[in-house]
Amino acid sequence: MAAVAEFDSVGLRYGTGAEVLRDLDFRLRFGTFYFLTGASGAGKTSLLKLLYLAQRPTRGRIRLFGEELSEAPREALPPYRRRIGVVFQDFRLIKHMSAFDNVALPLRIAGASDEDVEGPVREMLAWVGLADRASARPPTLSGGEQQRVAIARAVINRPELLVADEPTGNVDAEMASRLMGLFTAMNRLGTTVVVATHDMGLIDATPGAQQIRLENGTLVDPNGALRAPPPAGAT
Amino acid sequence: MMLEWFFIPPAQRRLLLSTGRRAPTPWVIAIMSFTIVLIAATGLALANTATVLSQAIEARYALEVPGGGANLAALESTVRSTPGVVSSQSVPEREMRKTLERWLGPEADSADLPVPALINFDAKPGTDLSALQRRLQAISPGARISAHRDSVAPLLQSLTLLQAVAFGLVLLLSAAAAAAVVLAARGSLDTHRFTIDVMHGIGATDIQVTNLFQRKIAIDALVGSVAGGLAAAVVLLLLAGGAAFARDLTGGATLGLIDILILALLPLALTGLATWVARTAVLAALREAL
Repeated sequence: MAAVAEFDSVGLRYGTGAEVLRDLDFRLRFGTFYFLTGASGAGKTSLLKLLYLAQRPTRGRIRLFGEELSEAPREALPPYRRRIGVVFQDFRLIKHMSAFDNVALPLRIAGASDEDVEGPVREMLAWVGLADRASARPPTLSGGEQQRVAIARAVINRPELLVADEPTGNVDAEMASRLMGLFTAMNRLGTTVVVATHDMGLIDATPGAQQIRLENGTLVDPNGALRAPPPAGAT
Repeated sequence: MMLEWFFIPPAQRRLLLSTGRRAPTPWVIAIMSFTIVLIAATGLALANTATVLSQAIEARYALEVPGGGANLAALESTVRSTPGVVSSQSVPEREMRKTLERWLGPEADSADLPVPALINFDAKPGTDLSALQRRLQAISPGARISAHRDSVAPLLQSLTLLQAVAFGLVLLLSAAAAAAVVLAARGSLDTHRFTIDVMHGIGATDIQVTNLFQRKIAIDALVGSVAGGLAAAVVLLLLAGGAAFARDLTGGATLGLIDILILALLPLALTGLATWVARTAVLAALREAL
């Protein structure tokens, strides 16, 4: 199983509107670091939604972790979602819960006990520089702090696929570099990382990363990195 | 485990924000529970009254002799000597006139008013009443035997109908309580839509999400139904305290141990219904999302 995600002639439209994504054919290889770029409205967030199973394609097929999930029954999706970490552009933190509880949520949903949650969550909060803000609720945190909580929540259960939508948009350069260091470290441990960003500096500072570029809902592949290798025996 | 939804760890319970102010659900359920218990108690008391009444008159007959009791002793002797007749009592004329006085006033005592003679008797099932009737008519041609159950049949039918109405009302109120729970569950889902989306995105199953709501609504329903049930119990105890009044109302029938057990279980049954309805409603609503 070489691909974490395979898109085959995928299209997406919302309601009866025009297609926001068209004819997407690509594979994301396990353990690779990808940047998803494109102008605002190009379809980056929609593509990420397809990747983290928040949206079904209106045509075509998507395989994740080797399983065809485009038309899988909804009861079949949670185990796959647990293998994906997501950093949302708007953080999506639960406002009435502490930073600790927000970060612990994926572990608790996966069935971890309070004892099993305590250590890893404290460690992760310390790593993102929020050890002393564990009991703070999101409305009392700055934008950058909320973003770090969101990132900690996304990576706490060591996902196989990490999807991040503008993860460094609200942090200073030093924290951005630190967070990208975390993503890179996770990538080295085998996590496939897909980061949507406008920040070309971030791409330049991440050697070995592949770039996926979307233009008006279609894929542009400047490095040829996304083309599937030809089938064995093909000429 | 069937009750795993009830034993959710506190950390997960915090996912549903508690404002410290209870929604109207417990109040609605309390009112429903109060009304259901009172109506059910009425229905059970009516059933007991009907049973007491029908048992009392099942084997009871009346021998009516128009124009008074010239041959009353012979008639009574014939009745007593008939195989199958267990007991008999002639109703004194004085008592008959006293009864009539309720409708006729002092005129009931007038010697001009002919009062029939009346002999009540109890007969075992299978007693040949036709033969008895023939023998009695030979003594007094106008003598006529009538079964008490025939006279009381319309009343028993009314009691049966009232029991059915009470049962129907209990079902209707239960359905109304269930509808209120569905509305409360959907309202709660809307309130917590964001949290649910986040949970789903992180990999929570519908069952995990549902368990949170089911627990919350089950507790609300339990609080409401027990409070309503207790209030109804107080009312029933006050009624039982005025025993003479209650006896007059029920014809001597009271609520038995099994009736009280049924009434005590009704609030719990209502809680069970609300919990099941909440679970079904939440699961159905969640299926509408991806």
